[in-house]
Amino acid sequence: MSDAAALYRAVRLIRRFEERAIELVRSGVIVGGIHPYIGQEAIAVGFCAALRPGDLITSTHRGHGHVLAKGADPSRMLAELAGRSTGLNRGRGGSMHAADFSIGILGANAIVGAAGAIATGAAWAAQRAGQDKVVVTFFGDGAVSQGVLLETFNLASLWKIPVIFVCENNGFATTMRTEEAVAGSITGRAEAFGIPARTVDGMDPVTVLDAARAAVDLARSGGGPSFVECLTYRFDAHHTWEHAARPRYRTDEEVVAGSTRDPMEIQGSRLPADLRAGIDDEIEILLEEAVRFALESPEPDEHEALDYLYADGMRARAGVA
Amino acid sequence: MPILSYLKALNRALASEMERDPAVCVFGEDIRVAVSNVTTGLVKKFGPERVVDMPISEQAFTSFATGAALAGQRPVIEFQIPSLLFLVFEQIANQAHKFSLMTGGQAKVPVTYLLPSSGSRVGWAGQHSDHPYSLFAHVGIKTVVPATPTDAYGLLVTAIRDDDPVIMFAPAGAVSRREDVDFGQLAPVPLGSGRVHRSGDDVTVVAVGHLVHEAIAVADELAGNISVEVFDPRSLYPFDWAGLTASLERTRRLVVIDDSNRTCGIGAEIIATMVEQMTLAAPPKRVTRPDGAVLPFARSLDLAVQPTRAQLRAAVEEVAK
Repeated sequence: MSDAAALYRAVRLIRRFEERAIELVRSGVIVGGIHPYIGQEAIAVGFCAALRPGDLITSTHRGHGHVLAKGADPSRMLAELAGRSTGLNRGRGGSMHAADFSIGILGANAIVGAAGAIATGAAWAAQRAGQDKVVVTFFGDGAVSQGVLLETFNLASLWKIPVIFVCENNGFATTMRTEEAVAGSITGRAEAFGIPARTVDGMDPVTVLDAARAAVDLARSGGGPSFVECLTYRFDAHHTWEHAARPRYRTDEEVVAGSTRDPMEIQGSRLPADLRAGIDDEIEILLEEAVRFALESPEPDEHEALDYLYADGMRARAGVA
Repeated sequence: MPILSYLKALNRALASEMERDPAVCVFGEDIRVAVSNVTTGLVKKFGPERVVDMPISEQAFTSFATGAALAGQRPVIEFQIPSLLFLVFEQIANQAHKFSLMTGGQAKVPVTYLLPSSGSRVGWAGQHSDHPYSLFAHVGIKTVVPATPTDAYGLLVTAIRDDDPVIMFAPAGAVSRREDVDFGQLAPVPLGSGRVHRSGDDVTVVAVGHLVHEAIAVADELAGNISVEVFDPRSLYPFDWAGLTASLERTRRLVVIDDSNRTCGIGAEIIATMVEQMTLAAPPKRVTRPDGAVLPFARSLDLAVQPTRAQLRAAVEEVAK
């Protein structure tokens, strides 16, 4: 598959996965809701396309796109969202913690800005072990004033750690606008620590891929960390609770305007119509199978609720003596 | 026999584990020059790549260690001040501790958190004198508080080899202890195994950390009058419930001396667990810090809120009536 087709396929997969997941939230199969990635797909797709299979990522509460783009099985991912024992995390993580260590996904993380330090430590360990791995850590504009992330920039820059900080600036930290929340600039934060930083169009998968390749080359060649701010827009809710709660922090007109540049259409328009239609068909079949797999998979046994609490198998005392 | 000091025991455990396993590394502030006297000589022997002096940024380097652990390292973090644990509670309780379960067993986080000179050092005032081991036992971090040099050695070795996060409090009141030991007999001490320092028939005193030595002194003072058994849990979580039960089945009388604040301290858990499972011959007693204690600076005030030998003796006499 050409780069162009592969990028489109990945964007389309995430878009349709999220739409199917929202349906499953509405029908009650997925409890707890999800943070849809719709509109931001180009970022996960562009960066993961620049990585090797052995490279690592960390993700966020809005993490389905990153996990799918890095290569997670959509069936097991959807099963995880549905809390099934066949899920990526055996139903123990759900939407906000999906992980697949076998393909370098060190997990989605539900605390804003928390994963950057973990990613950087993993990159340091790989560097120490003489591996030429690169680690990409995704976070949103809401993370850029979290102290632990700023502290992490310092460590990454001091020791030229092969980590790439990817800020998905979708204009809102939940409901708070970036301009209300961020003093100075987002890239200025990284630059203050001596980390090269740039801002790119986060709606175009090819633009993101180009920026990602430059950052990955720099990191892999020993040049240390870099920071990429990707300008994007969240087409759907912060979280699916918004579909019912309807908090008023942006107008319908604004959402329409923000959604006119659509990564799926941008990349889709680069393909011949028949190729695009063929990919669309293939994705529908794949997701139909994923939904079937999730629905038919068993829920975990309640007696195993605290399995895996300790890596060495230590059992916790029960809540009733 | 040669004499082993408590701090030298910690140093010896670190050095022997670093020798044995190249994945073991040490992070902390001012550890190259060993201001806490724990890491003395390690940088010379193992180099700055494995004895990593950290810029003051506790939150970042705590999760950095988590990331390094996820990628195969086995870090030990030395914190100079016990109150720093409040700063990194998110990184330990909400990140490192939760990875194993949340990933359905994909991840392990073998990090050891080492707190040399925990609790009051007398005169270090409000923000340097806490002893929050109960807090970590409460959230389920494997928590050890050795009282003696040999146990400090044995528990640190075990902590480093454990595949889960383990926190070790080395109480300020115990680090000056010295012991005659046969170095060839130093061995790992399993988690969840208590130690009876004095056998007795009338009252079981459970003492935590440095307070073990106060309990032994009280047992000696009361010898011939009241026969006191001194039970040192060594590890608070997991706890040697079977060992304590065996002791209480003989004595049926219980006093706990615990350097925690009173509400929700480990002393409360010890008493609750025992009275749930057996009928004691007298109401049990706790000797603890007061509720919500903030240690005042003045020496007399600092000492006034710490559990004392006199309080313990009075409690034992009361329970033995």
